[in-house]
Amino acid sequence: MSAFAVLQKDEKNRSAELTLSGEWLIKEHPDNRDGIIDEFAAPGFSRVVLNGKGITCWDSQLIAFLVRLLSLCRKNKVDYSLVDFPHGIESLLDLAFAVPERKQEDRSVQKESCLVFLGNIALHSWAATRAAYFFARRTYASFVRFLLKRAVVRKGDILSEIQDAGVKAFPIVSLICFLVGLILAFVGSIQLKMFGAQIYVSSLVAIAVTRVMGAIMGGVIMAGRTGASYAATLGSMQVNEEVDALKTMGISPFDFLVLPRVLALSLMMPLLTIYADLMGIMGGAFVGIFMLGLSPEDYFRMTLKALSMKNIIIGIVHGSVYGVIIALCGCYQGINCGRNASAVGYATTAAVVHSIVWMTVATAILTFMFSVFGV
Amino acid sequence: MAEPFLEIKDLTVAYDENVIMRDVNFTVNAQDVFVIMGASGCGKSTLLTVLTGLKRPLKGTELFDGQPFWGNNATKADRDASMRKAGILYQSGALWSSMTLAENIALPLEQYTDLTPAEIRDIVALKLDLVGLGGFQDYYPAEISGGMKKRAGLARALALDPQIVFFDEPSAGLDPISSKNLDDLILQIKENLHTTIVIVTHELPSIFAIGTNSIYLDAQTKTVIAGGNPNELLKNPPNETIEHFLTRGKK
Ligand SMILES: Nc1ncnc2c1ncn2[C@@H]1O[C@H](COP(=O)(O)OP(=O)(O)OP(=O)(O)O)[C@@H](O)[C@H]1O
Ligand SMILES: [Mg+2]
Repeated sequence: MSAFAVLQKDEKNRSAELTLSGEWLIKEHPDNRDGIIDEFAAPGFSRVVLNGKGITCWDSQLIAFLVRLLSLCRKNKVDYSLVDFPHGIESLLDLAFAVPERKQEDRSVQKESCLVFLGNIALHSWAATRAAYFFARRTYASFVRFLLKRAVVRKGDILSEIQDAGVKAFPIVSLICFLVGLILAFVGSIQLKMFGAQIYVSSLVAIAVTRVMGAIMGGVIMAGRTGASYAATLGSMQVNEEVDALKTMGISPFDFLVLPRVLALSLMMPLLTIYADLMGIMGGAFVGIFMLGLSPEDYFRMTLKALSMKNIIIGIVHGSVYGVIIALCGCYQGINCGRNASAVGYATTAAVVHSIVWMTVATAILTFMFSVFGV
Repeated sequence: MAEPFLEIKDLTVAYDENVIMRDVNFTVNAQDVFVIMGASGCGKSTLLTVLTGLKRPLKGTELFDGQPFWGNNATKADRDASMRKAGILYQSGALWSSMTLAENIALPLEQYTDLTPAEIRDIVALKLDLVGLGGFQDYYPAEISGGMKKRAGLARALALDPQIVFFDEPSAGLDPISSKNLDDLILQIKENLHTTIVIVTHELPSIFAIGTNSIYLDAQTKTVIAGGNPNELLKNPPNETIEHFLTRGKK
């Protein structure tokens, strides 16, 4: 069985009667629901009787339908009356009409011209850049306080952050960088084999990994692992009013929360980069020795020949810059997080995305600078 | 006796362009239990963030124990100095989740006193005993219940023996008995430590049991529409809104 609604109009008296019957449940609805609503929206009658005698069972479906019809009646100044409706419906309707609908400010987005849109983007980016700049400056001020031993920070926090950003990241860095070295060697060997120059695979891997790949892979891993965790941790502290509790106690969240994290990651990223380099070379050696049949002595002799202090240092510089960027992006998103759970999710995503974008920008700038200075 | 502790004049507070309250005036006397009442969304929590220096008002002045706090060229350093005399219990407790209860309470002590670690440990144990959480020193906030978090938050708020304690809805989310116990605790603290108390609450029993003075914030007019001892207000309500609020719409 389902729901039925029948509208009978009396043109002469400008009156009508709507008879409802059947099962008015959420999962059923009368086929002519829209038609009846249209009739009520532009009524050809000034009085209507709603009859609910035949209704066997009902739920919110019926109430929602009635509320819709009755508000149309009110709007169009149609007199209405309800007869024979099941018990309880009238009081629910009273409840629905008790509070006048709140007049909301129009929250819908107005259509803007293209120029306004561009202008807003520019203003927005300008504001965001300024905010990021002030954030970095306050972190720097906090670092200076730390050097002067005036920052409120617990040594244990710094050490545990260092452990977290350092040793605990070793397994994942090992795995990824080993595989990257392996892939580099594999792809390189296909070309080099054609010239019988497999032995140069070792040089290729050594140079590529130390100069940039080690740092980039380390950076991407740390952005996803540690940067995201900074944003999530600080973000939920923001939601729980923990940051407020620090501030009102006169403890700067920059000293207490941001500084240990930025310090830890900036100290650990150079070391992780060296470790990533090592793992990459190991991955290359795996391919060289076990698949290309090179002897370990030859492989490592060629690797040592290809390694240069200059490339290693360039890699470490990249890594250090990435460390600062990731820590700042993570903490910035966390501290500026909104006060609800979805804001924490947003902050985490934004931390990773911004870290990677800024890492790319920094790489471009660094590469440009190194080439200008002929390094 | 009735020395003013907080004096608020012409306070206007806004989020961007959205004005939450306008030209609010009131005075909290020393050793009052001052209740901030009002319907949900009228800006009580917001007012508390202003009173505790987290949010800058659009205009108006606040004197904190006679010292400038907002306006009168007050600086962040003035506010920090004043807040050292204050404790706050946040709606959720706001314990630092990466630290044990003992570390939470010890932090302000380490920060602002020259006590030795042994002395700090004794004080922490005392504060936890006071709120009925003796023996929970080494628990993390995630390991205790909501009501216990509130009490631990109270212990932290009391760490530095503050002259004034701010409470944001201390009894929200507590069962009637825990809520009553918390009220008793608040009264005991006030009696024994001579603290001034500012409290945001909806709980009518609490309001009548502990409040000595109050204001009622109205969301429509965005001002204070009534003030005074809650029991007096109940006897002679100055207007219908407050009568409605205090009698729960009965009558
Ligand atoms: N961060 C914010 N940004 C913009 N508007 C806000 C913000 N926080 C609160 N508001 C607005 O300020 C008003 C007052 O909020 P507030 O949280 O102070 O209310 P409240 O009186 O504490 O309510 P409740 O009793 O429900 O806790 C609300 O209308 C809310 O929309
Ligand atoms: Mg509130």
